[in-house]
Amino acid sequence: MPQNYFQKEIETMSAEEMKKLQSEKLVKQVKHVYENVPYYKNLMDEKGVKPEDIKGIDDLHKLPFLTKADLRDAYPYGLLAKPLKDCVRIHSTSGTTGRRVVAFYTQKDIDLWDDCCARAIVAAGGSNEDVCQVAYGYGLFTGGFGLNGGSQKVGCLTLPMSSGNTERQIQFMTDLSATILCCTPSYAAYIGETLKEQGYKPEDIPLKAGIFGAEPWTEEMRQGIQNTLGIKAYDIYGLTETTGPGVAFECSEQTGMHVNEDHFYAEIIDPDTGEVLPEGSKGELVFTSLDKEAFPLLRYRTRDICVLSREKCSCGRTLVKMAKPMGRTDDMLIIRGVNVFPSQIEAVLLKEGYEPNYQIIVDRVNNNDTFEVNVEMTADKFTDKVSDILAMEKSLANAMKIMLGINPAVHLVAPKSIARSEGKAVRVIDKRKLI
Amino acid sequence: MAIKQLTVFVENKQGTVVSITDTLSKHNINLRALSIAETQDFGILRLIVNDEAEAERILTEEGYLIKITDVVGVKIGDAPGKLTEALKVLNESKINIEYLYAFMARTEKHAYVVIRVEDNATAESTLENAGFHLITKEDICKI
Repeated sequence: MPQNYFQKEIETMSAEEMKKLQSEKLVKQVKHVYENVPYYKNLMDEKGVKPEDIKGIDDLHKLPFLTKADLRDAYPYGLLAKPLKDCVRIHSTSGTTGRRVVAFYTQKDIDLWDDCCARAIVAAGGSNEDVCQVAYGYGLFTGGFGLNGGSQKVGCLTLPMSSGNTERQIQFMTDLSATILCCTPSYAAYIGETLKEQGYKPEDIPLKAGIFGAEPWTEEMRQGIQNTLGIKAYDIYGLTETTGPGVAFECSEQTGMHVNEDHFYAEIIDPDTGEVLPEGSKGELVFTSLDKEAFPLLRYRTRDICVLSREKCSCGRTLVKMAKPMGRTDDMLIIRGVNVFPSQIEAVLLKEGYEPNYQIIVDRVNNNDTFEVNVEMTADKFTDKVSDILAMEKSLANAMKIMLGINPAVHLVAPKSIARSEGKAVRVIDKRKLI
Repeated sequence: MAIKQLTVFVENKQGTVVSITDTLSKHNINLRALSIAETQDFGILRLIVNDEAEAERILTEEGYLIKITDVVGVKIGDAPGKLTEALKVLNESKINIEYLYAFMARTEKHAYVVIRVEDNATAESTLENAGFHLITKEDICKI
């Protein structure tokens, strides 16, 4: 199969050249961060590291880590490395002030992000001949704008559909002969099922490829989507903290994602000791932004458990490959593409006057995530009227929707009915088989 | 004047209601009337018993969520149209009924209706002025 690249010289660069490029960028980046981000300067000073100690990528391990807790402490501007007048956009994750991540972008940051997504689209066989339907949400979420930028950079005719309204998605897909679909894998599966119900056969659907990410999905799910839509389905990885989708992307081999390591350097560490592990080891994925200007996180701990590989890839790309994340080192759930922490549910309950006795039940039915929250009824909230209790469930669901951006089904249950093991309530039951 | 209803939060799980009635019977609590309102997730069990304070104590001890609610009890003649008469009186006074349930007296030729309204006092005086006989806690114990 002939290979196309968006930026061939980078994507197929030799290991030595890549290391040289990364080293040059890192030295500059550390200086930029040290001079402009007092928060990180303090971390470096505490560790006794000076910018001049970082002479290349081999010195990266000397730098302190950043964690979600740092993002919380520094919210909102504490990790900003450019004056706001140089920034052109923000993106954000869901959540409370504490859990929400607000990332800033200069125009240059947007451009390099667009490049990353463009590489993903070209690796999936995209070119300026293609019609690219972007059915990720547009807005604070990075998915829609990220793939939109990449699609335009490749020169695809871009359909900025955003998520939802499946009937309209299908109309535009068929009327305008969309050839590439970008959305969450569960939404792709849903669109596929809907097309099937309407009598479409895979060969009647104009799509040839899909770029699906923002949530975990299995190999079985990939096969299912590929069969119903008659396409090749590619994985894409990213997080708001580093930039958004496009940090890593799949090629025709579909055996892991190439990391855009000229922009985002990947390390695998032991989550307990912080020690860098050799290639092929399973551990926590850490990213260093090598050339982003406004929000350049150094050694950011993603909490994703992963493996990196430099084995030669048949696509010709030399970029290091990461496996699909195999789990988390924290309690974060990804539901319908949205990051959910149990503590967010707890915060809503306390605010609404409930005891923090709850259980989150997540499942996947017909390729869609179901999201239920059971909450124990309290003595002072209990009434003898059904309508009151239904209204309480509705208002709790609404408060959670405001907090998380997705709508749970809330059930009020009897006191002490939530299973407790060793006295501790089981907060999360995830019935999805994703790994 | 209002009578006391024992309200119990129950999950839609097999055996919940029987375990409640069983617990009450073991403590010699006599049920006078019972009604259940249910949704997919939960039910609300409403009971009229001879000793609601004791019943509340026992069920709370068992871990149930209990609320004592004031409701209006009214005696209705055991003949067609008698309930309608009472409801018409309330309707004419624009008193909204949240829910109601009825039970028969054992010996007398009467039915009793338990009515839940927002404002008990108004409902009671409205019914009494129209000639209805309200039931009291003493009546409940005698039934």
